[in-house]
Amino acid sequence: MIEPIIKPRRKNPLQRTRLPTSPPRARSRASHGFTRAASEGRFMLQRCGACGTFCYPARDACPTCLSADLVFADAPRRGTLLSETTLHIPADVHFRERAPWRVGLVAMECGPKLVTHLHADCEEGRPVVMSFQLDKSGQAVAFAHPERETPNMADDRQWREMTADPKFRRVLVTNGRSIVGQEAVAALKAAGASIVFVGVAEPWKPFRGEDALRALEGVQIVPLDIGDEKSVADLAADIGGKVDILVNTTEHVRAGGLLDRQGTSVMRDEIDQSYLGFVHLAQAFGPAMRMRGSDGVNSAAAWVNILSVYALANWPMFGAYSASQAACLSLSHSLRAELRPGGVKVVNVFTGPLDIEWFQTVPPPKVAPRAVAAAIVSALKRGLEDVFVGDVAEDIRQRLAANPKAVERELGA
Amino acid sequence: MQNSIRTPYDRVVMAVPVTIPYVRYSIESAQWWIGRALKALVDGAGITPRDIDGFCVSSFTAGLDSGISLTQHFGLCVRWIDTIPLGGASAIAALRRAARAVQAGDARIVACVAGDTNHVDSFRYTLENFSRFNQDAVYPYGAGGANASFALIARNYMRTFGARREDFGKIAVAQRSNALRYPHALMKAPLTIEQYMSARPIADPIHLFDCVMPCAGAEAFLVMSEDVAASLKLPAAKILSTIERHNAFGDDPVQVRGGWAMDVDELYAMAGVKPDDLDFVQTYDDYPVISMMQFEDLGFCRKGEGPDFVRQHDLTIDGSFPHNTSGGQLSVGQAGAGGAYLGVVEAMRQVLGQAGPTQVRDARIGLASGFGMINYDRGLASGAAILAGPGA
Repeated sequence: MIEPIIKPRRKNPLQRTRLPTSPPRARSRASHGFTRAASEGRFMLQRCGACGTFCYPARDACPTCLSADLVFADAPRRGTLLSETTLHIPADVHFRERAPWRVGLVAMECGPKLVTHLHADCEEGRPVVMSFQLDKSGQAVAFAHPERETPNMADDRQWREMTADPKFRRVLVTNGRSIVGQEAVAALKAAGASIVFVGVAEPWKPFRGEDALRALEGVQIVPLDIGDEKSVADLAADIGGKVDILVNTTEHVRAGGLLDRQGTSVMRDEIDQSYLGFVHLAQAFGPAMRMRGSDGVNSAAAWVNILSVYALANWPMFGAYSASQAACLSLSHSLRAELRPGGVKVVNVFTGPLDIEWFQTVPPPKVAPRAVAAAIVSALKRGLEDVFVGDVAEDIRQRLAANPKAVERELGA
Repeated sequence: MQNSIRTPYDRVVMAVPVTIPYVRYSIESAQWWIGRALKALVDGAGITPRDIDGFCVSSFTAGLDSGISLTQHFGLCVRWIDTIPLGGASAIAALRRAARAVQAGDARIVACVAGDTNHVDSFRYTLENFSRFNQDAVYPYGAGGANASFALIARNYMRTFGARREDFGKIAVAQRSNALRYPHALMKAPLTIEQYMSARPIADPIHLFDCVMPCAGAEAFLVMSEDVAASLKLPAAKILSTIERHNAFGDDPVQVRGGWAMDVDELYAMAGVKPDDLDFVQTYDDYPVISMMQFEDLGFCRKGEGPDFVRQHDLTIDGSFPHNTSGGQLSVGQAGAGGAYLGVVEAMRQVLGQAGPTQVRDARIGLASGFGMINYDRGLASGAAILAGPGA
């Protein structure tokens, strides 16, 4: 049974901040099939297309029939914990400072045996349910959960290393004027965030939802205009050392592509807000977050971007907007690599058109801002990296996997 | 007893058992250690390096060098070569391959050598770079190395067969008592069962004295025909039989037996002896639980009776079942691939009557085994050999 974690006290400013260390991160190329599965929260194993055998670890030929037709496929998650051990003297720095650390050997009902991290409530000889998670090195690892819900389950020490759970963490939501931003604040508070800072540009200008936002306990409105480098730097100077999760809810949506626009001023705005705003945030808040990846219960844990799914495939009706989102997506991969030494995750939440004013003329289905907020919290709690919210985003994801050229033609029709 | 259809190792012998005394840490290279072993071989045999025409080497720490690079390093011109990366099974594999080469006339004198250095960071480097499965699917799970993997095996074995820590402790304590008589053992202090039981945990149920100490060192022997040995006036050990098996019993959910269990009948059939006829046994003791498994798999008792077998026997040099007479890796140290050779080289000394302070009285026939390469969830390589002295 897990003792609930307790809210950390205010940090002693004289105390040294423990620097993040990485668990072993070398992997074979084939093994990144698990990285892909973990990033989306799926449980996939290699399955032989010729004989149907599931196998593990990642191979380049089937151990039953030697076929090279090994495909990562969704696999049944159930298994039995055969044996376990608690490591007291690990060989590397990362685990040595986290010892004792518990691992086990699980026999999957579908065949393979998995060496795995263990949730504390897993018992030897009992059924377990498996997932792949991204550890602090950003690579996939197997994780065994007890079959049924147990008290304070999410507070498990080893599980919390795999996630970016908002509980007792301090969050910055960058745009309090947007409905997505306001919903995200409420959802993060409900998920146990100790404080949510909410960025609002020109806070003297009233906005819809302001009263409700101000009424929430543990929510603090802060001045933030992300298109303005100095505004971002000023806020980081003030709260940069205590932002554990940053949720970039920048929203700058304008319809149109290239030919119907005159000049570049609208595009400049898009780039200033979406792309350069991201740059300002990353440069101001990123370094401190990377330093604080191992800073106790409320260590820096994640950076969340809300991106249009049209970052992945241009939608000419919102062509310039799609391009600005594609730029942000590309930048997010750089940020992910740069935050990795700190063990800080970069989560991209891809959405279809939101049910907001700027997508007024777009037919349904549209994504409710509340669904985006729920997806953010779920991704943080589960430790995901790529999340698709709503039917349109899921549709685009599947069609891209099937035939990207078809998506291009059809979106441009 | 079954009949063996294998060709016997007639008129092939092993000579010149060599141990280069171990040190905990060495600033020298693996090549330096292998070089010292080669020098001891030629000096011990009264030959020159030019007389060596077969070379078989094992090392974890020789970097980019395999056997072929080492021929130039050491000025060897050979017509038969092998590099054996089988970890703890390397020595058995080396003697098998070399013996057949000599028997077929492909080589006249084969030098079999294992040598490893141990720099302060060598062991961690070896752990991090052990194998692809280990890198992908074991090491990221707490970086426990072999301790973690064998802990999972030991715990399952204890639960399944009723082995207790005290039983493993009896193996370790007996080996320490043997090691106090072995000149090259790194562990010089006596070990009591109380000290064993109260040692700090490393990876439950593995505690400190279940673990070998990584160190630097080298071991070696020569394989040649009986006639060559006689012409060089070298005392020589006969090879009565050998077995080797890899990746056996892959369907066992957790490893409870090694490949020996598959071929043990042939081991004794080829040698024409029974387990009772052996005067001593040198098992591969990376952990006491693995030695206990070998007591079962090598035919001294049935599966699951290992704990009771240990309780019934005195495992010291003068005891009812002389086991790991040098002190084994648990008390001498694990010099990388040299750990594979430790038991084989000590077995040669025993049957040749050259074991000095650790000599088992009237030892004529003995067994040495090897076990290695915990690639993912189990040790893959296994082997064993029965050796006999000139009078046997």
